[in-house]
Amino acid sequence: MNIIAEISRWAIPLLLLLVPIVAYLRGVPVYESFVEGAEEGFKTGVRILPFLIGMLVAIRVFVDSGALNILSHWLRPLINMLGLDPDFAAIIPLAIMRPLSGSGALGVATQLINEYGPDSYIGRLASTLQGSTDTTFFVLTVYFGSVGIKKYRYALKLGLLADIIGLIVSVWIVTKVFY
Amino acid sequence: MVNLIWLLMLAIGIVVAALNGHIESVTTSAMKAAELGVEVAIELIGVMSLWLGLMRLAEEAGLVKGIARIFGPAIRRLFPSLKPDSKALGAIIMNLSANILGLGNAATPFGLKAMQELQKENPTPDVASPAMITFLALNTSCITLIPATIIGVRLKANSVNPTEIIGTTIVATGCAMFMAILVDYLIRRRRKL
Repeated sequence: MNIIAEISRWAIPLLLLLVPIVAYLRGVPVYESFVEGAEEGFKTGVRILPFLIGMLVAIRVFVDSGALNILSHWLRPLINMLGLDPDFAAIIPLAIMRPLSGSGALGVATQLINEYGPDSYIGRLASTLQGSTDTTFFVLTVYFGSVGIKKYRYALKLGLLADIIGLIVSVWIVTKVFY
Repeated sequence: MVNLIWLLMLAIGIVVAALNGHIESVTTSAMKAAELGVEVAIELIGVMSLWLGLMRLAEEAGLVKGIARIFGPAIRRLFPSLKPDSKALGAIIMNLSANILGLGNAATPFGLKAMQELQKENPTPDVASPAMITFLALNTSCITLIPATIIGVRLKANSVNPTEIIGTTIVATGCAMFMAILVDYLIRRRRKL
């Protein structure tokens, strides 16, 4: 694990060092090319701005209103039906939040970890779930929006399917490994 | 579907806030979120300019082609519709590598770059191409070797073993990624895309 952590730590400095050196040696006007490429960053940032705002406003209004808690409450009987530990209900808000918003999900996960303890069942499950997928809904709207795609076809279903698989496997593997 | 989800989130949020007797929270939430959107985008512009600048250097030095030649054959199997000399391949590989290493800041610029390249090969500009959908399925379910943020949260909460969830996380996301790739393949085969 230490090796992987070291690679993550060194990856960016090494890229910043090696890419310009190799480019320079191969006769690329490094500074000018860099600036040319960087210009695209601005355009892309401006292009995704409306999509970011649109999504963030809807998500924030939904979460701040307390609707997330109500929705989680409604879903509780489902957990009894599936024969799961009643404790598991605590994880529902995170499971709903995960595909919607990265920072929102991190907030919920942090709260769960602090409330139940990092080494509790809920704490471990929240940690695993947080890392198990990315924010499907957000990535889709911003990525598609940035190039002007309006019809997503089966992209959302596919992304949400991966989220559900991530949730089911998280519950299974955490139970299996730690209990 | 996106339109409906967006509308539902907004409408349910407002109705619930009204029923809970704090309708004014809708106003603050909406304004704050809009501001946050600008903050995120501005931050992204900085990081994105840095990475896209570096990417241009790597491209002109022939490094992206080199990487695409090494990892391309495996990735290309997932994207049968890409052109043989597609420029998207390099950006896709860079995006996935950044995701795997947990470099979220670097992953987004490469991902958006990949989308732009994929869009150039898309015959229907307002409809998602199969290659785009495959890419986003990979992107959103991608394995992260070190979930650094959550390990940090666990560390702060005095976990006995903050990194013990690395293994379970990799298994969970690995299964999600595998299923996404499999189902995507089956859909494409059934629809003959």
